[in-house]
Amino acid sequence: MKTGHSVFDEMWGREDNLRGPYENYKSWLDGEDARQLRAKQREADELFRLTGITFNVYGRAEAEERLIPFDIVPRIISSKEWRQLSRGIEQRVRAINAFLHDIYHRQEIIRAGRLPVEMIARNEAFLPQMIGVKPPGGIYTHIIGIDLVRTDDNQFYVLEDNARTPSGVSYMLENRETMLRMFPELFLRNRVQPVQTYPSDLQRSLAACAPSVAGSKPTVAVLTPGIYNSAYFEHAFLADQMAVELVEGHDLRVVDGRVAMRTTQGYKPIDVLYRRVDDEFLDPLNFNPESQLGVPGIMDVYRAGGITIANAPGTGIADDKAIYSYMPEIVEFYTGERPLLENVPTYRCSEPDALTYVLDNLQDLVVKEVHGSGGYGMLIGPTASKRELAAFRKKLQARPGNYIAQPTLSLSTVPIFTNAGLAPRHVDLRPYVLVSPDGVKITPGGLTRVALKKGSLVVNSSQGGGTKDTWVLDE
Amino acid sequence: MLGKTANGLFWMYRYLERAENTTRLIETGQRISLTRSGASDEDWTSILQSAGSESGYREHHDVVTKDSAIDWMLRSRDNPSSVLSSIMAARQNARMVRTALTHDVWEAVNGIYMRATEKSKRKIGERDLPNMLGQLRSGTALVRGATHGTMLRNDIYDFARIGTFLERADNTARILDVKYYVLLPSVMAVGSPIDNMQWETILRSVSALGGYRLEFGNAPNPRDIAQFLMLDRRMPRSLAFCVGKIKSNLGYLTQSYGTEPPSCETVARIESQYLSCEIEAIFDSGLHEHIQQLLAEFAALGQQIQSDYRFID
Repeated sequence: MKTGHSVFDEMWGREDNLRGPYENYKSWLDGEDARQLRAKQREADELFRLTGITFNVYGRAEAEERLIPFDIVPRIISSKEWRQLSRGIEQRVRAINAFLHDIYHRQEIIRAGRLPVEMIARNEAFLPQMIGVKPPGGIYTHIIGIDLVRTDDNQFYVLEDNARTPSGVSYMLENRETMLRMFPELFLRNRVQPVQTYPSDLQRSLAACAPSVAGSKPTVAVLTPGIYNSAYFEHAFLADQMAVELVEGHDLRVVDGRVAMRTTQGYKPIDVLYRRVDDEFLDPLNFNPESQLGVPGIMDVYRAGGITIANAPGTGIADDKAIYSYMPEIVEFYTGERPLLENVPTYRCSEPDALTYVLDNLQDLVVKEVHGSGGYGMLIGPTASKRELAAFRKKLQARPGNYIAQPTLSLSTVPIFTNAGLAPRHVDLRPYVLVSPDGVKITPGGLTRVALKKGSLVVNSSQGGGTKDTWVLDE
Repeated sequence: MLGKTANGLFWMYRYLERAENTTRLIETGQRISLTRSGASDEDWTSILQSAGSESGYREHHDVVTKDSAIDWMLRSRDNPSSVLSSIMAARQNARMVRTALTHDVWEAVNGIYMRATEKSKRKIGERDLPNMLGQLRSGTALVRGATHGTMLRNDIYDFARIGTFLERADNTARILDVKYYVLLPSVMAVGSPIDNMQWETILRSVSALGGYRLEFGNAPNPRDIAQFLMLDRRMPRSLAFCVGKIKSNLGYLTQSYGTEPPSCETVARIESQYLSCEIEAIFDSGLHEHIQQLLAEFAALGQQIQSDYRFID
């Protein structure tokens, strides 16, 4: 343990020495008037509200639209830090795609004894319907969001690989737009790598994955569950920015072996479907028969090579939290290299020794559901009450295989702007990665989520987290 | 374009137009109750009728009072055609077709939605009403302006315009339907204060008072009013004007899609059968029947357009 603060602050380090990437920003900030900045913060909130950048909150009687709080202090990353991160991310993403291909074909990694067969055989995220299917272009996860946390100057960990449907990229883009509108002078003083090309990159990347039946200009569409979905704003935003149609299940049907959308001039085939609908609801004929959100027969078209589904069905197996604990092995197995990005040490409660350890140290650990997401159904030991700990202990004993546990990391902080001036808050980072036969493309920066409550480690927007603009500086 | 998107655009603009029309009706009623000696709460019955929401109102209220009529038309969530309900429905449709709208149009719709929901949290007092109505009208005007100034003239625009003018035609026809007896030649008791009030109500309800004065001077006469609101192609809320616009927008769609759907024929027939004559001919054949037939034709035209362009499955 180093001396100084126990928590690494990205602006001040541990010793209260201003870190390089923030120098320029700090000198600007020193010349600013606090009252005016407060007005700017209000202006930002107003901008978001008017633009309609909202999310719907689940678990409420009425689908309510809410704003994700935005903080006006950017999170700044140097180009050197970013280069290192990018290399690690690219390595991990390539490994995940190779893993998915393998797991739905020859399963070499299991034959080689590097991954226990139960991890696949009894895993609900594994889709038997995908066995032997070759997705167009050979890509499984076209869009990935790798969640990273930082604990020190040079120490990053991967917290989660969002290989199904990473959300939040619209906030990355709108946060930048808002900063550009409010503080144009900051972008003259700092050379910040642009993120605005993301929608056109996404469009190109998806089009590059079109099936062979597509013409020279493939038709791309975004599939949304509808306007009541919590991320509807993002679905509409991305479709709009890519200049493609935003479709729902009832706009689509299978016509002459293709998935086609009902236009004012009849049915028109779709080549690439960026779906924001879960596997389970994608096709009532092949999965959940009750689903109103999907397209009957789309899986049959898919298997026959008539459409690209992004991300491919069954990619959930790669961001399953039990599989996560094997990621170092997975990276090594498929790339032949040592992993450049570290995993958070993870205890699989399915293993008796691990379970004993977890039960004995529950108050120091974070326990997560293997298939959960969005910060729901997790236990944060250090802040949990005795009653919560006891309740969770029972759950763990009843279904140990449903949980993994990790030590509570001392997440880095970045200052936020409060009425009392700057105050440090814990953050994480979700960079967005596009994969196509043309290569891997990582947008510089990503979405920084920040726990707005003092001391809190939970950054999820559904649990009171906010966001920040994330800058990667040019050389 | 998706059929669903065409549907969403059509309804978004219908609801916006409806919000504006209802706002105008409230303004008219308010003005009459303030400026006419002997005005009573009962005058609001005819305003409610013109808004097509009297029966709904009666289900929720025993008597017609000025305050509750205004509240019903302005911000009641039980009234699907109240200004607030219409704006919420317009915004819901706008969210659905977000990708077809320009940023300016979306922000204008979202802006009026935010103002309307914020201001409608409490009952609107007498003193605040004019300001509130004014803001709502400038809000819908801003959407229209943004639409006009920023949207491409393609099929998106055509469906937006068709929704606007079908709603407007329906609205003008409904006002005429409620007030047709005032316009009949047999009750030409010119000069009586009651009739003057009725005529003024009609003209104000469709923002036609100024235009009418400019054209016909200060002595309203039922024949001219009927002619003006039904057949005058210069008057932007007249039936002939609205139907003409629907016809040309369906024509643009035919041009860009290369096929002529049945609704084109329907609209041409409506125009020639009902709106290409002198007003005397309409009086002769029965003003009320004429308007009732037109209302039925508008409803059928809406259905036809919906099926021609695959609005729903």
